[in-house]
Amino acid sequence: MRIDRLPAMMLAALLPCFVAAQQDTQKEIERYRQLLQDGNPSELFEARGAEHWKAKRGPKNTSLEQCDLGLGAGVVKGAYVRLPRYFADSDKVEDLESRLVTCMVALQGLTPEEAKRRPYSGPGQPSMMADLVAWIASESRGMKIAPPQSHPKERLAYQTGEKIFFYRAGTHDFACATCHGEDNKRIRLQDLPNLTNAGDAQRAFGSWPAYRVSQGEVRSMQWRLYDCFRQQRFPEMQFTSDASVALTMFLAKRAEGGTFDAPAIKR
Amino acid sequence: MNFDIIAPAALCAAMLSACATPISDAEAERAAVGMLKASFKPQGQAGVDRLNQDEVQALCSRYPNGLPKDLAEKLEKTQLATIRYPASGKLMGDWREGERIAQSGVGKQFNDDPKGPSGGNCYACHRLSPRELSFGTIGPSLYQFGKQRGTGDAVQRYAYGKIYNSEAFSACSNMPRFGHNGILTEEQIAHLVALLLDPDSPVNK
Ligand code: HEC
Ligand code: HEC
Repeated sequence: MRIDRLPAMMLAALLPCFVAAQQDTQKEIERYRQLLQDGNPSELFEARGAEHWKAKRGPKNTSLEQCDLGLGAGVVKGAYVRLPRYFADSDKVEDLESRLVTCMVALQGLTPEEAKRRPYSGPGQPSMMADLVAWIASESRGMKIAPPQSHPKERLAYQTGEKIFFYRAGTHDFACATCHGEDNKRIRLQDLPNLTNAGDAQRAFGSWPAYRVSQGEVRSMQWRLYDCFRQQRFPEMQFTSDASVALTMFLAKRAEGGTFDAPAIKR
Repeated sequence: MNFDIIAPAALCAAMLSACATPISDAEAERAAVGMLKASFKPQGQAGVDRLNQDEVQALCSRYPNGLPKDLAEKLEKTQLATIRYPASGKLMGDWREGERIAQSGVGKQFNDDPKGPSGGNCYACHRLSPRELSFGTIGPSLYQFGKQRGTGDAVQRYAYGKIYNSEAFSACSNMPRFGHNGILTEEQIAHLVALLLDPDSPVNK
Protein backbone atom coordinates (compact mmCIF):
# COMPACT_ATOMS: atom_id res chain seq x y z
CA MET A 1 0.00 0.00 0.00
CA ARG A 2 1.39 3.40 -0.92
CA ILE A 3 -0.02 6.57 0.41
CA ASP A 4 1.18 9.98 -0.64
CA ARG A 5 1.82 12.11 2.45
CA LEU A 6 -1.36 10.84 3.92
CA PRO A 7 -2.12 12.98 6.98
CA ALA A 8 -1.64 16.25 5.15
CA MET A 9 -3.53 14.96 2.19
CA MET A 10 -6.44 13.71 4.24
CA LEU A 11 -6.66 17.02 5.97
CA ALA A 12 -6.60 18.97 2.73
CA ALA A 13 -9.17 16.66 1.22
CA LEU A 14 -11.49 16.73 4.18
CA LEU A 15 -11.41 20.40 5.03
CA PRO A 16 -13.78 21.60 2.31
CA CYS A 17 -16.22 18.95 3.44
CA PHE A 18 -16.16 20.23 7.01
CA VAL A 19 -17.00 23.63 5.69
CA ALA A 20 -19.73 22.39 3.38
CA ALA A 21 -21.75 19.65 5.02
CA GLN A 22 -21.17 17.46 8.02
CA GLN A 23 -22.87 14.49 6.43
CA ASP A 24 -20.64 14.44 3.40
CA THR A 25 -17.65 14.67 5.70
CA GLN A 26 -18.72 11.56 7.52
CA LYS A 27 -19.13 9.71 4.24
CA GLU A 28 -15.78 10.89 2.99
CA ILE A 29 -14.05 9.77 6.18
CA GLU A 30 -15.64 6.35 5.81
CA ARG A 31 -14.35 6.12 2.27
CA TYR A 32 -10.85 7.00 3.35
CA ARG A 33 -10.95 4.45 6.15
CA GLN A 34 -11.99 1.90 3.57
CA LEU A 35 -9.18 2.92 1.26
CA LEU A 36 -6.56 2.70 3.96
CA GLN A 37 -7.57 -0.88 4.57
CA ASP A 38 -7.66 -1.85 0.95
CA GLY A 39 -4.49 -0.10 -0.19
CA ASN A 40 -4.20 2.13 -3.23
CA PRO A 41 -6.83 1.13 -5.80
CA SER A 42 -4.28 2.14 -8.42
CA GLU A 43 -2.89 -1.38 -8.04
CA LEU A 44 -5.91 -2.70 -9.94
CA PHE A 45 -5.17 -0.33 -12.82
CA GLU A 46 -1.50 -1.26 -12.73
CA ALA A 47 -2.32 -4.96 -12.92
CA ARG A 48 -4.53 -4.37 -15.95
CA GLY A 49 -1.78 -2.28 -17.54
CA ALA A 50 0.74 -5.10 -17.19
CA GLU A 51 -1.70 -7.39 -19.01
CA HIS A 52 -2.27 -4.87 -21.83
CA TRP A 53 1.49 -4.65 -22.37
CA LYS A 54 1.62 -8.36 -23.17
CA ALA A 55 -1.65 -8.62 -25.09
CA LYS A 56 -1.55 -9.06 -28.88
CA ARG A 57 -3.48 -6.33 -30.60
CA GLY A 58 -4.04 -4.45 -33.85
CA PRO A 59 -3.76 -5.47 -37.52
CA LYS A 60 -0.30 -6.88 -36.84
CA ASN A 61 -1.56 -8.89 -33.86
CA THR A 62 1.50 -7.97 -31.82
CA SER A 63 2.08 -7.04 -28.20
CA LEU A 64 3.90 -3.96 -26.95
CA GLU A 65 6.67 -6.06 -25.41
CA GLN A 66 9.21 -4.87 -27.97
CA CYS A 67 8.37 -1.19 -27.43
CA ASP A 68 11.46 0.90 -26.65
CA LEU A 69 10.58 3.39 -23.91
CA GLY A 70 14.09 4.83 -24.05
CA LEU A 71 16.14 2.23 -22.21
CA GLY A 72 16.02 -0.43 -24.95
CA ALA A 73 13.29 -2.62 -26.44
CA GLY A 74 11.05 -4.02 -23.74
CA VAL A 75 12.76 -2.30 -20.78
CA VAL A 76 10.07 -0.90 -18.50
CA LYS A 77 11.87 -0.64 -15.20
CA GLY A 78 13.09 2.92 -14.68
CA ALA A 79 11.73 4.14 -18.02
CA TYR A 80 9.24 6.66 -16.63
CA VAL A 81 11.77 8.69 -14.66
CA ARG A 82 13.90 9.16 -17.82
CA LEU A 83 11.03 10.55 -19.85
CA PRO A 84 10.29 12.70 -21.77
CA ARG A 85 13.26 12.03 -24.08
CA TYR A 86 14.33 12.21 -27.68
CA PHE A 87 13.69 9.17 -29.88
CA ALA A 88 15.60 8.82 -33.13
CA ASP A 89 12.94 6.66 -34.83
CA SER A 90 10.24 9.31 -34.55
CA ASP A 91 12.76 12.19 -34.48
CA LYS A 92 10.71 13.69 -31.64
CA VAL A 93 10.79 14.24 -27.93
CA GLU A 94 8.11 12.00 -26.44
CA ASP A 95 6.58 11.52 -23.01
CA LEU A 96 5.26 8.12 -21.99
CA GLU A 97 1.87 8.53 -23.63
CA SER A 98 3.19 9.83 -26.95
CA ARG A 99 5.78 7.05 -26.94
CA LEU A 100 3.10 4.44 -26.41
CA VAL A 101 1.17 5.88 -29.35
CA THR A 102 4.31 5.62 -31.51
CA CYS A 103 4.76 1.99 -30.45
CA MET A 104 1.11 1.10 -31.04
CA VAL A 105 1.38 2.49 -34.56
CA ALA A 106 4.76 0.95 -35.39
CA LEU A 107 4.42 -2.45 -33.69
CA GLN A 108 0.70 -3.12 -33.71
CA GLY A 109 -0.26 -1.34 -36.93
CA LEU A 110 -2.90 0.89 -35.36
CA THR A 111 -3.57 4.34 -36.80
CA PRO A 112 -2.61 7.25 -34.53
CA GLU A 113 -6.32 8.01 -34.12
CA GLU A 114 -6.99 4.47 -32.97
CA ALA A 115 -4.07 4.58 -30.56
CA LYS A 116 -5.37 7.81 -29.02
CA ARG A 117 -9.01 6.80 -28.99
CA ARG A 118 -9.61 6.73 -25.23
CA PRO A 119 -6.78 8.59 -23.52
CA TYR A 120 -8.56 8.95 -20.17
CA SER A 121 -10.91 6.59 -18.39
CA GLY A 122 -14.47 7.42 -17.40
CA PRO A 123 -17.13 5.79 -15.25
CA GLY A 124 -17.48 2.20 -16.43
CA GLN A 125 -15.08 2.90 -19.30
CA PRO A 126 -11.54 1.87 -18.48
CA SER A 127 -8.77 3.28 -20.66
CA MET A 128 -6.04 0.97 -21.88
CA MET A 129 -3.75 3.99 -22.13
CA ALA A 130 -4.38 5.01 -18.52
CA ASP A 131 -3.82 1.43 -17.33
CA LEU A 132 -0.54 1.15 -19.24
CA VAL A 133 0.63 4.47 -17.83
CA ALA A 134 -0.23 3.40 -14.27
CA TRP A 135 1.73 0.19 -14.61
CA ILE A 136 4.77 1.61 -16.43
CA ALA A 137 5.02 4.50 -13.95
CA SER A 138 4.80 2.09 -11.01
CA GLU A 139 7.89 0.36 -12.39
CA SER A 140 9.91 3.52 -11.60
CA ARG A 141 8.82 3.81 -7.99
CA GLY A 142 11.61 4.78 -5.64
CA MET A 143 13.89 5.97 -8.47
CA LYS A 144 15.29 9.43 -9.04
CA ILE A 145 13.60 11.70 -11.56
CA ALA A 146 16.20 12.24 -14.29
CA PRO A 147 14.91 13.49 -17.66
CA PRO A 148 17.71 13.59 -20.23
CA GLN A 149 18.93 16.90 -21.67
CA SER A 150 21.74 15.74 -23.94
CA HIS A 151 19.94 15.99 -27.28
CA PRO A 152 19.28 19.50 -28.63
CA LYS A 153 15.61 18.67 -29.11
CA GLU A 154 15.39 17.73 -25.42
CA ARG A 155 16.82 21.10 -24.47
CA LEU A 156 14.50 22.83 -26.91
CA ALA A 157 11.54 21.02 -25.33
CA TYR A 158 12.62 22.29 -21.92
CA GLN A 159 13.03 25.86 -23.14
CA THR A 160 9.71 25.96 -24.95
CA GLY A 161 8.03 24.21 -22.03
CA GLU A 162 9.27 26.98 -19.78
CA LYS A 163 7.86 29.62 -22.12
CA ILE A 164 4.52 27.83 -22.19
CA PHE A 165 4.51 27.70 -18.39
CA PHE A 166 4.67 31.49 -18.27
CA TYR A 167 2.39 32.09 -21.29
CA ARG A 168 -0.60 34.21 -20.30
CA ALA A 169 -3.64 34.25 -22.50
CA GLY A 170 -7.38 33.79 -22.63
CA THR A 171 -10.28 35.50 -20.92
CA HIS A 172 -8.64 35.36 -17.47
CA ASP A 173 -5.05 36.29 -18.41
CA PHE A 174 -3.91 33.06 -16.72
CA ALA A 175 -0.65 31.20 -17.20
CA CYS A 176 0.41 28.06 -15.32
CA ALA A 177 2.56 30.45 -13.31
CA THR A 178 -0.51 32.36 -12.09
CA CYS A 179 -1.47 29.38 -9.95
CA HIS A 180 1.88 27.60 -9.61
CA GLY A 181 4.48 30.37 -9.45
CA GLU A 182 4.62 31.25 -5.75
CA ASP A 183 5.17 29.37 -2.51
CA ASN A 184 2.38 28.52 -0.06
CA LYS A 185 -0.58 29.68 -2.11
CA ARG A 186 -3.94 28.00 -2.39
CA ILE A 187 -7.16 28.26 -4.42
CA ARG A 188 -10.06 28.00 -2.02
CA LEU A 189 -8.60 25.30 0.24
CA GLN A 190 -6.55 23.46 -2.36
CA ASP A 191 -2.83 23.84 -1.90
CA LEU A 192 -1.00 24.91 -5.05
CA PRO A 193 2.50 23.59 -5.62
CA ASN A 194 5.02 26.20 -6.74
CA LEU A 195 6.27 24.30 -9.77
CA THR A 196 9.24 26.60 -10.24
CA ASN A 197 10.60 25.50 -6.87
CA ALA A 198 12.43 22.15 -6.73
CA GLY A 199 10.84 20.78 -3.55
CA ASP A 200 7.27 21.38 -4.65
CA ALA A 201 7.98 20.29 -8.22
CA GLN A 202 9.53 17.03 -6.98
CA ARG A 203 6.53 16.24 -4.81
CA ALA A 204 4.08 17.15 -7.56
CA PHE A 205 5.79 15.46 -10.51
CA GLY A 206 6.76 12.51 -8.34
CA SER A 207 3.14 11.77 -7.43
CA TRP A 208 1.57 11.58 -10.91
CA PRO A 209 -0.04 9.46 -12.30
CA ALA A 210 -2.38 9.35 -9.31
CA TYR A 211 -5.49 7.57 -8.18
CA ARG A 212 -8.06 10.30 -7.55
CA VAL A 213 -10.48 9.35 -4.84
CA SER A 214 -12.97 12.01 -5.94
CA GLN A 215 -13.10 10.51 -9.43
CA GLY A 216 -12.38 6.85 -8.74
CA GLU A 217 -9.86 6.83 -11.58
CA VAL A 218 -6.13 6.81 -12.19
CA ARG A 219 -5.17 10.05 -13.89
CA SER A 220 -1.98 10.67 -15.86
CA MET A 221 0.16 13.79 -16.16
CA GLN A 222 -1.42 14.32 -19.59
CA TRP A 223 -4.81 14.44 -17.88
CA ARG A 224 -3.49 16.80 -15.19
CA LEU A 225 -2.32 19.25 -17.85
CA TYR A 226 -5.56 18.87 -19.83
CA ASP A 227 -7.59 19.78 -16.77
CA CYS A 228 -5.38 22.65 -15.63
CA PHE A 229 -5.59 24.13 -19.15
CA ARG A 230 -9.37 23.90 -18.84
CA GLN A 231 -9.23 25.89 -15.60
CA GLN A 232 -6.90 28.28 -17.35
CA ARG A 233 -9.77 28.98 -19.80
CA PHE A 234 -7.69 27.75 -22.73
CA PRO A 235 -9.25 25.69 -25.53
CA GLU A 236 -8.91 21.90 -25.34
CA MET A 237 -5.40 20.50 -25.06
CA GLN A 238 -4.91 17.71 -27.55
CA PHE A 239 -3.68 14.43 -26.13
CA THR A 240 0.11 13.98 -26.56
CA SER A 241 0.41 17.35 -28.34
CA ASP A 242 3.87 18.90 -28.59
CA ALA A 243 2.98 21.63 -26.08
CA SER A 244 1.94 19.01 -23.52
CA VAL A 245 5.18 17.09 -23.98
CA ALA A 246 7.31 20.25 -23.74
CA LEU A 247 5.51 21.28 -20.55
CA THR A 248 6.04 17.80 -19.13
CA MET A 249 9.75 18.10 -19.92
CA PHE A 250 9.84 21.45 -18.11
CA LEU A 251 8.08 19.99 -15.06
CA ALA A 252 10.23 16.84 -15.03
CA LYS A 253 13.39 18.90 -15.21
CA ARG A 254 12.25 21.18 -12.37
CA ALA A 255 11.62 17.98 -10.38
CA GLU A 256 15.02 16.47 -11.24
CA GLY A 257 16.62 14.56 -8.39
CA GLY A 258 13.33 13.99 -6.59
CA THR A 259 12.21 10.48 -5.71
CA PHE A 260 9.42 9.16 -7.89
CA ASP A 261 6.58 7.73 -5.82
CA ALA A 262 3.62 7.25 -8.11
CA PRO A 263 0.90 6.28 -8.75
CA ALA A 264 -0.01 8.16 -5.59
CA ILE A 265 -3.45 8.47 -4.06
CA LYS A 266 -5.06 11.90 -4.04
CA ARG A 267 -8.18 13.80 -3.22
CA MET B 1 48.89 15.36 -28.65
CA ASN B 2 46.77 16.52 -25.78
CA PHE B 3 43.69 14.33 -25.82
CA ASP B 4 42.01 16.10 -22.96
CA ILE B 5 41.57 19.16 -25.11
CA ILE B 6 41.27 17.68 -28.56
CA ALA B 7 38.74 14.95 -27.84
CA PRO B 8 35.82 17.12 -26.76
CA ALA B 9 36.49 19.54 -29.59
CA ALA B 10 36.55 16.73 -32.13
CA LEU B 11 33.37 15.35 -30.68
CA CYS B 12 31.71 18.71 -31.03
CA ALA B 13 32.76 18.99 -34.64
CA ALA B 14 31.44 15.51 -35.34
CA MET B 15 28.07 16.14 -33.70
CA LEU B 16 27.74 19.80 -34.45
CA SER B 17 24.13 20.19 -33.42
CA ALA B 18 24.50 18.35 -30.13
CA CYS B 19 26.95 20.97 -28.89
CA ALA B 20 24.98 23.93 -30.09
CA THR B 21 24.25 26.60 -27.53
CA PRO B 22 20.65 26.95 -26.36
CA ILE B 23 18.43 28.94 -28.67
CA SER B 24 17.78 32.56 -27.85
CA ASP B 25 14.89 33.68 -25.69
CA ALA B 26 13.09 35.22 -28.64
CA GLU B 27 13.47 32.00 -30.64
CA ALA B 28 12.12 29.96 -27.73
CA GLU B 29 9.16 32.32 -27.53
CA ARG B 30 8.40 31.88 -31.22
CA ALA B 31 8.76 28.10 -30.93
CA ALA B 32 6.39 28.08 -27.94
CA VAL B 33 3.73 30.11 -29.72
CA GLY B 34 3.89 27.87 -32.80
CA MET B 35 3.73 24.79 -30.63
CA LEU B 36 0.75 26.08 -28.66
CA LYS B 37 -1.21 26.86 -31.79
CA ALA B 38 -0.72 23.33 -33.06
CA SER B 39 -1.59 21.71 -29.74
CA PHE B 40 -5.14 22.85 -28.99
CA LYS B 41 -8.51 22.48 -30.59
CA PRO B 42 -11.64 24.58 -30.18
CA GLN B 43 -14.05 23.24 -27.60
CA GLY B 44 -17.39 24.71 -26.52
CA GLN B 45 -17.04 28.46 -26.19
CA ALA B 46 -13.22 28.35 -26.15
CA GLY B 47 -11.85 28.87 -29.65
CA VAL B 48 -8.15 28.68 -30.47
CA ASP B 49 -8.18 32.47 -30.78
CA ARG B 50 -7.92 32.46 -27.00
CA LEU B 51 -4.26 31.56 -27.49
CA ASN B 52 -3.59 34.92 -29.13
CA GLN B 53 -2.11 37.36 -26.65
CA ASP B 54 -2.94 41.01 -26.27
CA GLU B 55 -0.17 43.48 -25.40
CA VAL B 56 -0.49 42.99 -21.66
CA GLN B 57 -0.44 39.23 -21.85
CA ALA B 58 2.57 39.20 -24.19
CA LEU B 59 4.57 41.66 -22.14
CA CYS B 60 3.78 40.02 -18.78
CA SER B 61 4.70 36.58 -20.17
CA ARG B 62 8.04 37.93 -21.34
CA TYR B 63 8.90 39.26 -17.88
CA PRO B 64 7.84 36.55 -15.41
CA ASN B 65 9.74 38.26 -12.60
CA GLY B 66 8.05 41.62 -13.07
CA LEU B 67 8.23 44.44 -15.60
CA PRO B 68 10.93 47.10 -15.55
CA LYS B 69 9.53 50.27 -13.98
CA ASP B 70 9.12 52.30 -17.16
CA LEU B 71 7.25 49.52 -18.95
CA ALA B 72 5.07 48.94 -15.90
CA GLU B 73 4.07 52.59 -15.73
CA LYS B 74 3.30 52.68 -19.43
CA LEU B 75 1.20 49.55 -19.22
CA GLU B 76 -0.79 50.84 -16.24
CA LYS B 77 -1.49 54.05 -18.09
CA THR B 78 -2.83 52.37 -21.21
CA GLN B 79 -4.92 49.98 -19.11
CA LEU B 80 -6.32 52.81 -17.01
CA ALA B 81 -7.62 54.38 -20.21
CA THR B 82 -9.69 51.24 -20.97
CA ILE B 83 -11.86 51.49 -17.87
CA ARG B 84 -15.51 52.31 -18.64
CA TYR B 85 -17.61 53.50 -15.73
CA PRO B 86 -21.40 52.94 -15.92
CA ALA B 87 -23.30 55.74 -17.66
CA SER B 88 -25.71 55.85 -14.73
CA GLY B 89 -22.81 56.81 -12.48
CA LYS B 90 -24.02 54.25 -9.96
CA LEU B 91 -21.02 52.23 -8.82
CA MET B 92 -22.58 50.47 -5.82
CA GLY B 93 -25.14 47.70 -6.26
CA ASP B 94 -26.45 45.09 -3.84
CA TRP B 95 -23.88 43.32 -1.66
CA ARG B 96 -26.07 40.16 -1.50
CA GLU B 97 -25.80 39.80 -5.27
CA GLY B 98 -22.13 40.59 -4.94
CA GLU B 99 -21.64 37.73 -2.49
CA ARG B 100 -23.24 35.28 -4.96
CA ILE B 101 -21.00 36.49 -7.77
CA ALA B 102 -17.91 36.28 -5.53
CA GLN B 103 -18.78 32.67 -4.67
CA SER B 104 -19.40 31.45 -8.21
CA GLY B 105 -16.52 29.97 -10.17
CA VAL B 106 -18.64 29.24 -13.22
CA GLY B 107 -17.78 30.77 -16.54
CA LYS B 108 -15.56 30.80 -19.62
CA GLN B 109 -14.25 27.24 -19.25
CA PHE B 110 -14.80 25.16 -22.35
CA ASN B 111 -17.28 22.97 -20.50
CA ASP B 112 -19.29 25.91 -19.11
CA ASP B 113 -22.61 26.94 -20.63
CA PRO B 114 -21.81 30.12 -22.60
CA LYS B 115 -25.36 31.41 -22.14
CA GLY B 116 -25.30 31.68 -18.35
CA PRO B 117 -23.62 34.62 -16.56
CA SER B 118 -20.04 34.14 -15.33
CA GLY B 119 -19.06 34.36 -11.70
CA GLY B 120 -16.12 36.31 -10.31
CA ASN B 121 -14.75 33.48 -8.17
CA CYS B 122 -13.21 36.07 -5.87
CA TYR B 123 -13.07 33.55 -3.02
CA ALA B 124 -10.69 31.43 -5.09
CA CYS B 125 -8.04 34.04 -4.39
CA HIS B 126 -9.29 36.33 -1.59
CA ARG B 127 -10.68 36.22 1.92
CA LEU B 128 -13.86 38.36 1.97
CA SER B 129 -16.79 37.54 4.27
CA PRO B 130 -15.51 35.98 7.50
CA ARG B 131 -18.36 33.43 7.22
CA GLU B 132 -16.68 31.83 4.22
CA LEU B 133 -13.77 29.76 5.49
CA SER B 134 -12.93 28.22 2.14
CA PHE B 135 -10.95 31.06 0.59
CA GLY B 136 -7.72 31.12 -1.38
CA THR B 137 -4.56 33.16 -0.88
CA ILE B 138 -3.32 34.16 -4.33
CA GLY B 139 -4.60 37.67 -3.58
CA PRO B 140 -4.60 39.65 -0.32
CA SER B 141 -7.38 39.44 2.26
CA LEU B 142 -10.20 41.88 1.49
CA TYR B 143 -11.88 41.40 4.85
CA GLN B 144 -12.93 44.84 6.20
CA PHE B 145 -11.96 46.51 2.94
CA GLY B 146 -14.67 49.17 3.25
CA LYS B 147 -14.24 49.60 6.96
CA GLN B 148 -10.59 50.44 6.41
CA ARG B 149 -10.87 52.56 3.29
CA GLY B 150 -14.26 54.22 3.64
CA THR B 151 -17.02 54.39 1.06
CA GLY B 152 -16.33 57.74 -0.61
CA ASP B 153 -16.43 58.36 -4.37
CA ALA B 154 -12.70 57.88 -4.80
CA VAL B 155 -12.76 54.48 -3.08
CA GLN B 156 -15.79 53.43 -5.12
CA ARG B 157 -14.05 54.43 -8.32
CA TYR B 158 -10.91 52.57 -7.31
CA ALA B 159 -12.79 49.37 -6.36
CA TYR B 160 -14.83 49.47 -9.57
CA GLY B 161 -11.77 50.20 -11.68
CA LYS B 162 -9.69 47.52 -9.99
CA ILE B 163 -12.26 44.84 -10.71
CA TYR B 164 -12.79 46.18 -14.23
CA ASN B 165 -9.09 46.19 -15.09
CA SER B 166 -6.66 45.15 -12.34
CA GLU B 167 -3.66 45.83 -14.60
CA ALA B 168 -4.41 49.56 -14.49
CA PHE B 169 -3.23 49.68 -10.89
CA SER B 170 -0.64 46.94 -10.71
CA ALA B 171 1.07 45.85 -13.92
CA CYS B 172 1.10 42.10 -14.50
CA SER B 173 -1.18 41.42 -11.57
CA ASN B 174 -2.40 37.84 -11.32
CA MET B 175 -5.94 39.12 -11.01
CA PRO B 176 -8.11 38.76 -14.15
CA ARG B 177 -9.40 41.91 -15.89
CA PHE B 178 -13.05 41.15 -15.26
CA GLY B 179 -14.62 44.10 -17.06
CA HIS B 180 -12.05 44.66 -19.78
CA ASN B 181 -12.04 40.99 -20.79
CA GLY B 182 -15.83 40.68 -20.71
CA ILE B 183 -16.07 38.21 -17.83
CA LEU B 184 -18.41 40.35 -15.70
CA THR B 185 -20.98 43.00 -16.65
CA GLU B 186 -21.09 46.57 -15.31
CA GLU B 187 -23.97 45.59 -13.08
CA GLN B 188 -22.15 42.60 -11.64
CA ILE B 189 -19.09 44.71 -10.91
CA ALA B 190 -21.26 47.26 -9.07
CA HIS B 191 -22.67 44.44 -6.90
CA LEU B 192 -19.10 43.43 -6.06
CA VAL B 193 -18.20 47.01 -5.17
CA ALA B 194 -21.11 46.88 -2.71
CA LEU B 195 -19.82 43.61 -1.28
CA LEU B 196 -16.48 45.32 -0.65
CA LEU B 197 -17.73 48.69 0.60
CA ASP B 198 -21.29 48.57 1.93
CA PRO B 199 -21.25 48.91 5.74
CA ASP B 200 -23.96 46.20 5.87
CA SER B 201 -21.86 43.75 3.84
CA PRO B 202 -20.42 40.86 5.90
CA VAL B 203 -17.03 41.93 4.56
CA ASN B 204 -17.21 44.97 6.84
CA LYS B 205 -18.59 43.30 9.95
C1 HEC C 1 -6.63 28.67 -12.37
C2 HEC C 1 -5.72 27.90 -11.63
C3 HEC C 1 -4.75 26.95 -12.26
C4 HEC C 1 -4.03 27.09 -13.42
C5 HEC C 1 -4.02 28.26 -14.38
C6 HEC C 1 -3.21 25.91 -13.52
N1 HEC C 1 -3.43 25.06 -12.48
FE1 HEC C 1 -2.43 23.35 -12.05
N2 HEC C 1 -3.60 23.05 -10.42
C7 HEC C 1 -4.59 23.91 -9.99
C8 HEC C 1 -5.27 23.34 -8.85
C9 HEC C 1 -6.43 23.97 -8.08
C10 HEC C 1 -4.61 22.10 -8.59
C11 HEC C 1 -4.92 21.11 -7.48
C12 HEC C 1 -6.03 20.26 -7.94
C13 HEC C 1 -6.55 19.33 -6.90
O1 HEC C 1 -5.93 19.14 -5.86
O2 HEC C 1 -7.60 18.80 -7.19
C14 HEC C 1 -3.58 21.96 -9.60
C15 HEC C 1 -2.70 20.87 -9.68
C16 HEC C 1 -1.64 20.78 -10.56
C17 HEC C 1 -0.64 19.73 -10.55
C18 HEC C 1 -0.59 18.55 -9.60
C19 HEC C 1 0.01 18.93 -8.30
C20 HEC C 1 0.01 17.81 -7.29
O3 HEC C 1 0.88 17.83 -6.42
O4 HEC C 1 -0.83 16.93 -7.37
C21 HEC C 1 0.23 19.99 -11.58
C22 HEC C 1 1.46 19.17 -11.96
C23 HEC C 1 -0.23 21.20 -12.22
N3 HEC C 1 -1.37 21.66 -11.59
C24 HEC C 1 0.37 21.79 -13.31
C25 HEC C 1 -0.15 22.89 -14.01
C26 HEC C 1 0.36 23.38 -15.27
C27 HEC C 1 1.57 22.83 -15.99
C28 HEC C 1 -0.43 24.42 -15.65
C29 HEC C 1 -0.45 25.18 -16.93
C30 HEC C 1 -0.74 24.43 -18.10
C31 HEC C 1 -1.41 24.61 -14.60
N4 HEC C 1 -1.23 23.65 -13.64
C32 HEC C 1 -2.34 25.65 -14.58
C33 HEC C 1 -4.92 25.13 -10.52
C34 HEC C 1 -4.38 25.66 -11.69
C1 HEC D 1 -6.66 34.54 -9.79
C2 HEC D 1 -6.59 35.36 -8.63
C3 HEC D 1 -7.58 36.46 -8.34
C4 HEC D 1 -8.95 36.49 -8.53
C5 HEC D 1 -9.84 35.41 -9.11
C6 HEC D 1 -9.39 37.75 -8.02
N1 HEC D 1 -8.33 38.48 -7.55
FE1 HEC D 1 -8.42 40.32 -6.69
N2 HEC D 1 -6.37 40.33 -6.53
C7 HEC D 1 -5.54 39.29 -6.86
C8 HEC D 1 -4.17 39.67 -6.57
C9 HEC D 1 -2.94 38.79 -6.80
C10 HEC D 1 -4.20 40.97 -6.04
C11 HEC D 1 -3.00 41.79 -5.56
C12 HEC D 1 -2.25 42.38 -6.70
C13 HEC D 1 -3.02 43.49 -7.32
O1 HEC D 1 -3.29 44.49 -6.65
O2 HEC D 1 -3.41 43.37 -8.47
C14 HEC D 1 -5.61 41.37 -6.03
C15 HEC D 1 -6.06 42.59 -5.59
C16 HEC D 1 -7.40 42.95 -5.45
C17 HEC D 1 -7.89 44.22 -4.96
C18 HEC D 1 -7.02 45.39 -4.52
C19 HEC D 1 -6.72 45.27 -3.06
C20 HEC D 1 -6.06 46.53 -2.51
O3 HEC D 1 -5.48 46.42 -1.43
O4 HEC D 1 -6.15 47.59 -3.12
C21 HEC D 1 -9.26 44.17 -4.98
C22 HEC D 1 -10.23 45.25 -4.55
C23 HEC D 1 -9.63 42.87 -5.51
N3 HEC D 1 -8.48 42.16 -5.78
C24 HEC D 1 -10.93 42.42 -5.70
C25 HEC D 1 -11.29 41.26 -6.33
C26 HEC D 1 -12.66 40.85 -6.63
C27 HEC D 1 -13.88 41.64 -6.24
C28 HEC D 1 -12.59 39.68 -7.30
C29 HEC D 1 -13.68 38.87 -7.93
C30 HEC D 1 -14.47 39.50 -8.93
C31 HEC D 1 -11.18 39.32 -7.39
N4 HEC D 1 -10.43 40.29 -6.80
C32 HEC D 1 -10.72 38.15 -8.00
C33 HEC D 1 -5.92 38.07 -7.39
C34 HEC D 1 -7.21 37.72 -7.74
